[in-house]
Amino acid sequence: MENLIALLIAAPLLGAAVLLCGGRRLDAVGQWIGTVLAAASFVIAAVLFADMLGKSPEDRTFTQHLFSWIAVGDFRADVGFQLDQLSMTFVLLITGVGSLIHVYSIGYMEHDERRRRFFGYLNLFLAAMLLLVLADNYLLLYVGWEGVGLASYLLIGFWQHKPSAATAAKKAFLVNRVGDMGLSIAIMLMFTTFGTFAFGPLLGTEGHSGIAGDAGEGKLTAIALMLLLAACGKSAQVPLQSWLGDAMEGPTPVSALIHAATMVTAGVYLIVRSAAVFNAAPDAQLVVTVVGGVTLLFGAIVGCAKDDIKKALAGSTMSQIGYMVLAAGLGPIGYVFAIMHLVTHGFFKAGLFLGAGSVMHGMNDEVDMRKFGGLRKYMPVTFVTFGLGYLAIIGFPGLSGFFSKDKIIEAAFAKGGTEGWILGGVALLGAAITAYYMTRVMIMTFFGEKRWQPDAEGHEPHPHESPSSMTIPMIVLAFGSVFAGAFFSIGDRFVHWLEPVTGHSEGDSPVSALTVTAATMVLLVVGAGIAYLQYGRSSVPVTAPRGSLLTRAARRDLYQDDFNHVVLVRGGEHLTRSLVYVDHTLVDGVVNGTAASVGGLSGRLRKLQNGYARSYAVSMFGGAAILVAATLLMRAV
Amino acid sequence: MNPVNYLYLSALLFTIGATGVLIRRNAIVVFMCIELMLNACNLAFVVFSRMHGNLDGQIIAFFTMVVAAAEVVVGLAIIVSLFRSRHSASVDDASLMKL
Repeated sequence: MENLIALLIAAPLLGAAVLLCGGRRLDAVGQWIGTVLAAASFVIAAVLFADMLGKSPEDRTFTQHLFSWIAVGDFRADVGFQLDQLSMTFVLLITGVGSLIHVYSIGYMEHDERRRRFFGYLNLFLAAMLLLVLADNYLLLYVGWEGVGLASYLLIGFWQHKPSAATAAKKAFLVNRVGDMGLSIAIMLMFTTFGTFAFGPLLGTEGHSGIAGDAGEGKLTAIALMLLLAACGKSAQVPLQSWLGDAMEGPTPVSALIHAATMVTAGVYLIVRSAAVFNAAPDAQLVVTVVGGVTLLFGAIVGCAKDDIKKALAGSTMSQIGYMVLAAGLGPIGYVFAIMHLVTHGFFKAGLFLGAGSVMHGMNDEVDMRKFGGLRKYMPVTFVTFGLGYLAIIGFPGLSGFFSKDKIIEAAFAKGGTEGWILGGVALLGAAITAYYMTRVMIMTFFGEKRWQPDAEGHEPHPHESPSSMTIPMIVLAFGSVFAGAFFSIGDRFVHWLEPVTGHSEGDSPVSALTVTAATMVLLVVGAGIAYLQYGRSSVPVTAPRGSLLTRAARRDLYQDDFNHVVLVRGGEHLTRSLVYVDHTLVDGVVNGTAASVGGLSGRLRKLQNGYARSYAVSMFGGAAILVAATLLMRAV
Repeated sequence: MNPVNYLYLSALLFTIGATGVLIRRNAIVVFMCIELMLNACNLAFVVFSRMHGNLDGQIIAFFTMVVAAAEVVVGLAIIVSLFRSRHSASVDDASLMKL
């Protein structure tokens, strides 16, 4: 049974190889090959899951050793997989949502002539992401980490003929490199500190604690902060968040799969997987919670002002991952809830993005919400599935977001002390803003009067429901958005499931769970109410009003690009210019000066070579005379 | 007779030879002057041998003669071929070896 783990990765990898190397003759069937192999991976995952459920919680860690990758002296890096409850959760999410989005893409990409390549990239992404979560050491994880970065780059820039898409892909890649550097430094630090980077000995296995806690706290904090940097890059957390909004240039299924449900959560996986390191470095944990809290508000504020439906959802993704990172920074009281929110978020956010894609599909690829309005009559299925995703994300009682987000807010309060109050307050405020911006998206898109206009060529959009290949995945995800949270929470199923891997402890909250829930509900109603008053009661102008100072800042992503431009780009330019100046004057001066003086000297010296044997004889006699004189002089002394 | 006088003679011969090498242009004469310098050295070696009462100097004098004989063969061959190609035995005419 354990030998099936490699097949999980092999199926989509085979798909990617066949689709990308197969050439034009596969154009007609490419989408089927990609979808079938993704589904095959999901079936294998389901078989493994059933097998895992049949075992007692202590022996649920499956391992498979494929081969020794690098062996030098005592050092060994293996290609091996570790499938435990944490990886299993991810594998099911990745292959499940991945398969659904493959099905959706069949409809969405129907008219794209490069469809085969698109499915090849999607399969490549699945393979890399599965490698990331299944690797049993950090080096192999790094391979998957880079693989998803590559797939993300290729898919954001899939419509490479649009300069904006090409630029967005480049930006995502470059920003991610900063994070990747953090991960590689963390791996190097681990190797110098512990001599290994395998999960087993480092982080501990069932019943054995690893050696990760043995090092000094300073070193562990350094490793943890580097891991956090990596997580920030991949998960679009402050300060490496600027790429996610632009990444929406990619096709919508990509935004749903990679930039909402799976890849961007890799950072959360990394932190939770490295729990042993973070638990022993409280300072780093504090930084993690701060990053999560700041991003939570940052993303939410940006999401409030965007008129582009996908960018509004991207801000929301950033904010929700902020929740997860915040929870992961809380330590054992938060790990399980971070992953639980990650899974429920995977359902409802993928559903919301697919809904947005469906709307765009029916509206001639229009993304400006100010030109939607009243679409509920034209797209009933999209409306209902999007609506359920909306209720789930704002935390409507009984839906999945309600359970997972509430737990995070409680855990934040349970952190204790001033920190707990601040983090809890931020999380509560985030819930209110979430309700506001999601209600805004909902009302602007599906309610009110219709505001669409003919496009530049005079085509009036004819909003229509999408084909069933697109609506069925949306319906399935809507089911997940509604029921996943309740299913996980009843009887603390999810906690018991993950506890053996991540550990779990109940926090001692200064406020009761009921108070938190009540406060969340009040804030939810307030947030949604304000949005209703602003956008539901009065008509939405087609051109955006100038807006307040905060709105204008949020429209420009709170000036993150301007900040990057001024500090990093300009700073970098000045640095390189001064370095070039130093290079030209100092370094080149020394080198050229040496060369010039040697050249000048030899130019003079060569005049001695006049070809007359007698003048050579003079220098010989002169030299001999000097030698003799010197010898005599030395002897005299 | 005081052997030092032979050293004076040797120095005188060497100086004449050196001066000849430096100021004469005819390759044959330059060559003869070199031989003169070699033989001045030989004389000095022999004198030193006599003064110190051992045979080292005489042995070196023989070596010098052998080397000088070989040198004469090569040197004259060069001079003859130089003369054949340029119809001149002036050392200043053969000044092509320069930059």
